[in-house]
Parts: sequence; structure tokens; C-alpha cells
Amino acid sequence: MYDSGKVITGLAIFVAIICFPLWYNVINGAERIPIPLMPKDQKKCVAPSDYMRKSHMVLLNDWRDEVVRTGEREFQVIDGKKYEKSLQNGCMNCHQSREKFCTSCHTYAAVTPYCWDCHVEPKEMN
Amino acid sequence: MDVKRRKFLKIAGLSAVAGVAAPSAFNMLLKGDAVASSGGGHAEKTENTGHAAKAEPKGIQYGLVIDVKKITHTKGLAEKCIDACHTEHNVPDFGNPKDEIKWLWVDDYEHSFPEHSHHQKNDALHEMQFMLLCNHCEKPSCVRACPTKATFKNKDGIVMMDYHRCIGCRFCMAACPYGARSFNWRNPREQYANGNFKFYKKPLNPEFPTRMRGVVEKCNFCAKRLSKGMMPSCVEACGNTGAMVFGDINDPKSEISKVLRENYTIQRKPASGTYPSVFYII
Ligand code: SF4
Ligand code: SF4
Repeated sequence: MYDSGKVITGLAIFVAIICFPLWYNVINGAERIPIPLMPKDQKKCVAPSDYMRKSHMVLLNDWRDEVVRTGEREFQVIDGKKYEKSLQNGCMNCHQSREKFCTSCHTYAAVTPYCWDCHVEPKEMN
Repeated sequence: MDVKRRKFLKIAGLSAVAGVAAPSAFNMLLKGDAVASSGGGHAEKTENTGHAAKAEPKGIQYGLVIDVKKITHTKGLAEKCIDACHTEHNVPDFGNPKDEIKWLWVDDYEHSFPEHSHHQKNDALHEMQFMLLCNHCEKPSCVRACPTKATFKNKDGIVMMDYHRCIGCRFCMAACPYGARSFNWRNPREQYANGNFKFYKKPLNPEFPTRMRGVVEKCNFCAKRLSKGMMPSCVEACGNTGAMVFGDINDPKSEISKVLRENYTIQRKPASGTYPSVFYII
């Protein structure tokens, strides 16, 4: 085979360039998974944290339908504590920082939900 | 060649029409939906005189009676009601009529009751303040017109809006005979580059969301307050003046039914056949 050295070098350079985003992130340390800020004074949420991590959007969507469309606005009672079925009046009572709780993960996962186009976050009230 | 193509298109067109129309027409007949989509839908003879020709009511239908004289003669009451409503629901005030959003507002007799005779009308009517809002009609045309079901009638007879679903097509605005809906041309809340917010009406009620550009909004009879056993904000603002009475108009024992029986009331544009649930004592 002619010029095998050149071909292999060329291939190596090609692969390195193609993988640029990967090693760029490794060098810059951007691969760190964000840790959302949890409320200090609360131990429990409305559902197990594993479920909340994966499916909080499902829960929020169900709540939305129940509250807006069927009028089932009653509080959820879990272990004797009442939770309002509401993002801004329920969830944000414990998770007070949208920036450190919601946005940190959403940015990492590159999703931009438009909840806050209408719902009011606690910080805006100050 | 040409003839062949035309023939082919004809056959294809015909079979497409037959293929699409036949099953859906059949289904419609099976389900008895045909009446609903053909516009009429009233079992009773529509005499178009508001509640006069109504069938036996069923379920809850919340309604509002507004005593126009009391509103007009109690100074500042109308403004107080509007402010209570608009503050409660974060209705923005852009300060210009073009962008105006209104849930509750006042207008004069001519504009409120255009179908009534205006020939040499009663002098006192000139100065009256008519409080206008969504009528939460029993047969709301806005609900029919909305293609996404963003506008719907809830179990309490309230015509609700699900802003998450509204695509801003404004069919509902065209369908509502009362001009009860407003379109958001602008965002009521804006975030500046420095992270600060501007809301086009102070104060911002933290309990209630705002809307966003591109959706339609209107009065919701304070559905959230009702669920907590409270009265709508405007009714509460009237205090014990008795200028507004709210309740279930289908319940003969309710206070509003009593008020309706004891007073002569009129509704807006009864001929439109939507059966408004807001009544005026004049
Ligand atoms: S007043 Fe207009 S918006 Fe309100 S329910 Fe009737 S048709 Fe719909
Ligand atoms: S503007 Fe929104 S509420 Fe109105 S008809 Fe369209 S989708 Fe429905």
C-alpha cells in the first residue's frame, strides 16, 4: 500500500477535527452535570425525587389540566402537608430560586420551556 | 394525452370526495353530531328573545345581575370594580386604546344595547354607566368558534380560557357578539437585559399569572376565587351596595334567582341567541 503513513495521519487529523465538540467540552470542563439547588428546610416533595427528576413536566401538565380544565383545584395532601397544585403558588414556595433550580438544568439540557413567560417567579415580587 | 389526464383527475377527485365525505357523514349521523355542526342545535324553537324560550336548565350556570342605577349613583364604584378585577388578574394597562386589554369596562347605553330602540329615549339613560364584561353565555359562540378548545365551558357554566392552548387565531373575538375579548398585541411583562422586569400595571399580583403576546383573554368570573368560596372581585368591591349579585341562575333558591324574579332585567343582544348570563336592572 502506498502512502499508508500519510493516509493514516490524515485520518487521525480528520477524526480529531470531527470530535472537536467532545474534546473541547472535556478541556473546558463543560461536561459537569448541574446540581439544582434544593430547599434546605424541606425533606419531601409531592412525588419521589426520581420521579420528579424524570417526569416533573408530566406532573405539571396534569396539574394544569386538572386546575384549568376540570376545576380540580384541591390541594394535594402528602404526609399531612398540603401542596397547592400550582407552579407559582405551589412549587415555588419551596424551590424559591428559578435561576438555581429550574434554569440550571434546563440550560444544561438545552430545553427552553415557556412557563415563565406568564407565571411569576418569586424574585420578581421584590 | 390531455383527455386522459383530465379524466384521471376527475375520477381521482370524485373518489377522494367520496372517500372522505362518506365515512365522516356516516359517523356524524351515527353519533347524532350533525345538528351540532349545522349551526342550530337548539331543541326548542329559537325565538331569539334571550332566556324567554329556554329549555329546562340543568347543572350550575353562574350569572351576574348588575344594578345600573346603583353603579352609576355610587360615586367611583365602577372604577373601584374595574380596578379590583384588573389588579386581581394582572390585566395590563398599556395606556393606549390600540393595545387595550379589558375584562371589565363601562360604556353607554347606545353601545351596550344597540338593538334597543333609541328613539327619544329616557334622559336618565344618557348618564348611566353600564358595566360590561364577558356574559358567560349559556350557548357561547366563542366556544364553538375556537379551533383548539382553548375556550371552553366548565362545569359551573363559566366560559373559561386555557391560555396554554390559545393559538391567537382570534376566531373567538370574531364570534363573540359582545366584544368581550381582548387580544394581547404586546407582552404585559417585559424583562430587560439587566434582568429587571417591567409590568404594565402596578402592582403585580403574585398569585395570578400574566398572559403573553399572541393570546386572547377575557373575564373568567374569578373561577379561582370561587373555588376558594369567595365572591368575584368586582362583586366584593361593590360591598353591601347591592349593585352586583352573583350566583347560580339555574338554582331557583339562590339569591340571584330571587333578584331576577323581583326585578325587570335586560340582557345584551338577546337576538344573537347566546343566552347571556349577565343581566342589567335599569
Ligand atoms: S360574551 Fe362573548 S366571550 Fe363571553 S361567553 Fe358570550 S360569546 Fe363568549
Ligand atoms: S384566539 Fe385562542 S381562544 Fe380564540 S379561538 Fe383562537 S385559539 Fe381559541
